[in-house]
Amino acid sequence: MDKNELINDATKGMTPIVKTVVRFAMGIIVIFGAYIVLYGHLTPGGGFAGGVILACGYIILTLAFGKTLALGKMSNTGASILDNSGALLFITIGLLGYVGGVFFLNFLPKGVRFDLVSAGTIPLANIAIGLKVTASVFAVFVALSIFGRVMYQERIGDDQTEE
Amino acid sequence: MEIFLLLLLAFMIIGSLVAIETRNLLSSVISVGVVGFSLSIAFLMLGAPDIAITQVVVEILILVILIRATITTDNTAIEGGRDTFPFVSSLIFFGLFLIFAWFAIQELPRFGEPSMRISRRYLETGAARTGATNIVTSVLLDFRGYDTIGEATVLFTSIVGAFVILRRRGRKQKSEEDREKFGIIEEEEIKKTFEGF
Amino acid sequence: MILYFLALVLLVMGLYCLIAKKNIVKKIIGITITEYSINLFLVLLGYRRGGVAPILLKGMDNGELVDKSVDPLPQALVLTSIVIGLGVLALMVSMCLRIYEKYNTFDMSEINKLRG
Repeated sequence: MDKNELINDATKGMTPIVKTVVRFAMGIIVIFGAYIVLYGHLTPGGGFAGGVILACGYIILTLAFGKTLALGKMSNTGASILDNSGALLFITIGLLGYVGGVFFLNFLPKGVRFDLVSAGTIPLANIAIGLKVTASVFAVFVALSIFGRVMYQERIGDDQTEE
Repeated sequence: MEIFLLLLLAFMIIGSLVAIETRNLLSSVISVGVVGFSLSIAFLMLGAPDIAITQVVVEILILVILIRATITTDNTAIEGGRDTFPFVSSLIFFGLFLIFAWFAIQELPRFGEPSMRISRRYLETGAARTGATNIVTSVLLDFRGYDTIGEATVLFTSIVGAFVILRRRGRKQKSEEDREKFGIIEEEEIKKTFEGF
Repeated sequence: MILYFLALVLLVMGLYCLIAKKNIVKKIIGITITEYSINLFLVLLGYRRGGVAPILLKGMDNGELVDKSVDPLPQALVLTSIVIGLGVLALMVSMCLRIYEKYNTFDMSEINKLRG
């Protein structure tokens, strides 16, 4: 299978110990990041910290398995779409406040305190910001690392194309 | 409690002194990392767990990005002496600034007794009006949501700017290569060849 | 008050590093240290002695929170500031990489020389 070949390729990425540990740790990191984003209105955290944690999860995937597998999970266009949709969702939540009469009014019902689904538009805004920050940080990391690769190839006079 | 904060701040000042003066770029980046992590501990001591979480993860990303900039060169040592004029003038001016700052600080409210004139309203009505129990999130996303839109815009703009700067083939380069391929001659070149007539 | 003064000393050290050093990466490190000191100063302004974090727990009364918590407004501003610092650093480092590609050095005095 193509995915198994990508995972078990010994020339790309790091040693098998790192690959095994990252395979276990990646699920925990994604769940933890999603928990901090979703419970942002009840416990410390919020959209920004959770988004950066999710982006760090993708970064550790890129470092351990090589660029091809990680870009297969979320490609450049995919990251760009997520980023823009997060920003547009946030602005839409603000504009929908005009339903109540004011820009950025919290117009949904407030619900019971200490519940997960409560506090109106605040969890939705947290999710939008989490999406935006995740996609942005991961895309910037990929752009910075690809730039170095091009410079290195030009320096050693190699003209292989990128895979 | 205050003694612990004092020790932490002294540690941060020593760490940033090492980061500024050392000659090896890699060790100076690591010192900045140490300063950032001890800043996160200071935030936790000051009753701000939200900011402590954010500072730890953002500090890790700052380290990753700075190390990416450092290993561009093959050797990470810095050479060269120092210019005297910026060094001496900055020491004089910053010394003056600190002297005036010491007198200006005496006018601030004392450490440990904040005058919470606006925050009193947020604390009293925050949980009832927004339904969120984390008052910092309710301030950030409900009472002051417009500032968060501004922050999302700044983050978006800086990331797009980083993309544009790191593009592999700029648009000007691409059009010049196309022009050579298809043999399109520009108007000024034609005028220059027929100038003598 | 000594704590405010030490935070301002950190600010001054960051600015000195930005002005007086010649390497571009050292200047970026100076900007980072200045941002840390400003965030610390803002959170120090809002601290209440013996205070709790501004989070309402189960079974806590709202009046109790008003009496005992620290100031939540500087915390919201500092949260914004930390994330903006990350974005600005990404932009600065990408410019730094382009400068290295063109001039092949990080030294500002060599980059500043006029080339005929």
